[in-house]
Amino acid sequence: MLRWIIIGILTIALVGVAVWGYQEHQEKNAILIQAENNYQRSFHNLTYYVDLLHDKLGTVLAMNSPRSLSPQLTEIWRITSEAHTEVGQLPLTLLPFNKTEEFLSNIGNFSYRTAIRGLDEDPLTEDEMKTLEKLYEQSGEIKRELRKVQYMVLENNLRWMDVQLALVTEDQQQDNTIIDGFKTVEKNVKGYTEGMANTALNGVMEEPEEQNVQLPGKKIDEDQLREKIHQMMQVNEGTEVKITETGEGSDIGLYTVSFDQDGEHAYMDFTQKGGYLVTMILNREVKEPQISLYQGMQKAKAFLRELGYTDMDAYNSVQYQNVALYNFAYTKDNIRFYPDTIEVKVAMDNGEVIGVSARDYLIHHKDRHISDPELSADEARKEVNPNVEIQEENLAVIENDLGKEVLCYEFLGTLGNDTYRIFINAGDGFEERVERLKQTEIDFGAAS
Amino acid sequence: MNIKRKLIMVILLFFLVNIPLSTYESLDPSHAFSPRILQKGATGEDVIELQARLQYLGFYNGKIDGVFGWRTYWAVRNFQYEFGLKVDGLVGDDTKEKLIRASKYDRNYVLEQIRQGRDFTYYGGVPKEQQVERGNNQQAVQQKPVQTTAVNVPQGYSQNDIQMMARAVYGEARGEPYVGQVAVAAVILNRVESPSFPNTVSGVIFEPRAFTAVSDGQIWLTPDETATQAVIDAINGWDPSGNALYYFNPNTATSEWIWSRPQIKRIGKHIFTK
Repeated sequence: MLRWIIIGILTIALVGVAVWGYQEHQEKNAILIQAENNYQRSFHNLTYYVDLLHDKLGTVLAMNSPRSLSPQLTEIWRITSEAHTEVGQLPLTLLPFNKTEEFLSNIGNFSYRTAIRGLDEDPLTEDEMKTLEKLYEQSGEIKRELRKVQYMVLENNLRWMDVQLALVTEDQQQDNTIIDGFKTVEKNVKGYTEGMANTALNGVMEEPEEQNVQLPGKKIDEDQLREKIHQMMQVNEGTEVKITETGEGSDIGLYTVSFDQDGEHAYMDFTQKGGYLVTMILNREVKEPQISLYQGMQKAKAFLRELGYTDMDAYNSVQYQNVALYNFAYTKDNIRFYPDTIEVKVAMDNGEVIGVSARDYLIHHKDRHISDPELSADEARKEVNPNVEIQEENLAVIENDLGKEVLCYEFLGTLGNDTYRIFINAGDGFEERVERLKQTEIDFGAAS
Repeated sequence: MNIKRKLIMVILLFFLVNIPLSTYESLDPSHAFSPRILQKGATGEDVIELQARLQYLGFYNGKIDGVFGWRTYWAVRNFQYEFGLKVDGLVGDDTKEKLIRASKYDRNYVLEQIRQGRDFTYYGGVPKEQQVERGNNQQAVQQKPVQTTAVNVPQGYSQNDIQMMARAVYGEARGEPYVGQVAVAAVILNRVESPSFPNTVSGVIFEPRAFTAVSDGQIWLTPDETATQAVIDAINGWDPSGNALYYFNPNTATSEWIWSRPQIKRIGKHIFTK
């Protein structure tokens, strides 16, 4: 009798486990299919957009009137952005596919810049037409390759989940059609970008500014750097100061300095050439504020002066709990240079400077020849939306959408409850940039 | 008789306003600002008082939230202009003195409303009970410390963006030194800038296979204060990674390709690369 009861219970348990296992299996499959479908959608969308891009580029080549050109170029810009988004949804991060993504975003940049510049007065140049022809040709090749991959995916029911697995396990032997296809695309694109060095597209590629930076001064060695650090801050005797050099990947050669003392971890980057401070982070616990934001600003200014930055003007200050942050911009002859900025962080418990970031300043700062503004402040003011109540104005240099430095009138004004910063080109009155300034937000945590 | 009635009214009114107060602090007429100079970006109780006083005089129409933002800034400047002070947006001794003389500040009332999380205003000449949003008087009285009801956020980012990045940083680098966490946050931002990656913070973080913390679910851990600080630093321009786009842990990296990237530097356990 007992035996039968045990057998019965075990049977029920076995059936139960089987049912449970089957359900789990079903669920897992459902989720896998869903993930796979997401990948498939992105992939097929991508091929579709590249196809469309190729078409549109072809259409533009045959167009003549600026009135139809501009909308088409804007359309191309939009499609590249869509294609770019789809690439971002595919598990390709470990696969070198950067060149293709860059290629897409360069087409986007090119079409955006030509579309907005007013083709009526400033039609496409010969060079730009040639660039367009090249882009048409190259996008055609990408399209062909992607369509080939797509054909194989559909024909052989290839799954993106396998791509992911192959990429993770790094199984070189296993030959994966999708990976191979994408590698071919990438190889071709790499070929074009190298061959395109002299075309008009070159001008719109985002140049890595860091590579062209020429810092004044000679290369300093580690001993000189040590001396500099001791001048700059209190380093206790016996504190071990570690100095390392950056590797080949760094655009600017840097020394990285770090040490621990008095419960504080110090980390600094200096340029090898000239020994300029690029980044400084002192990490410690900051206690309740004892000084005001205003006093902190004086400390920050004094610190910058000691580093040799005398013409810096704080244009923004913010308090984050016990830490104050200041944005400084280089200011000369009452002109503010927004590209040359330095950020400084001050601990509000004792006024110590605990952070500096001077990268932007070092990259952008140079001797500039600023010609006098052609427009007067009043003339520029007329270009501002009449509903905006202008409160403050001054001259400023900013980098515009095309990456050029322009002299502008900077207006701070209010419209309704919002504050806006508006830049009007001091040469031709063009409204270069309008920003809505937002710095505070409801504390959702406190409000609930 | 008349005087008596008035007195009763006043007492009644007084109780009405202060019912939710469990401990009543006496109205301290001498209470005014701490001697610190206030400027745009400041937060804290001084700013609450500043906003309340400006609102009392009708210069400030925004929420009394304890954060010296743009609206407070313009209110201060208008006040300085009207009262013949130097118009610089800085609240120093002169401005404070003029403010104190021109306005009243009922600290208990204002702080109580903030504690209760009510919508309220503080205009002079309007009975206070008309300035409080009715309805949630039933809320239990909590004696939590007065805090500002808004926070400063870097231009272009919300608290939730910061929180999401902090999750990614915490999941990826919680055992790393602070600088290493700032560097990881900076890599996320460098990717947003780079043409080879998606153009949004969430796009970069959730790109398939981009971050192990996202793939294995560690991103859903609750980040600590350090990670959040690191993210704010990175957003404000600190980049100890040297403009890196990738990083990896040499002990666990499975991909050969990542080793082929030009290396920039090593922070903690991570090697940062182009």
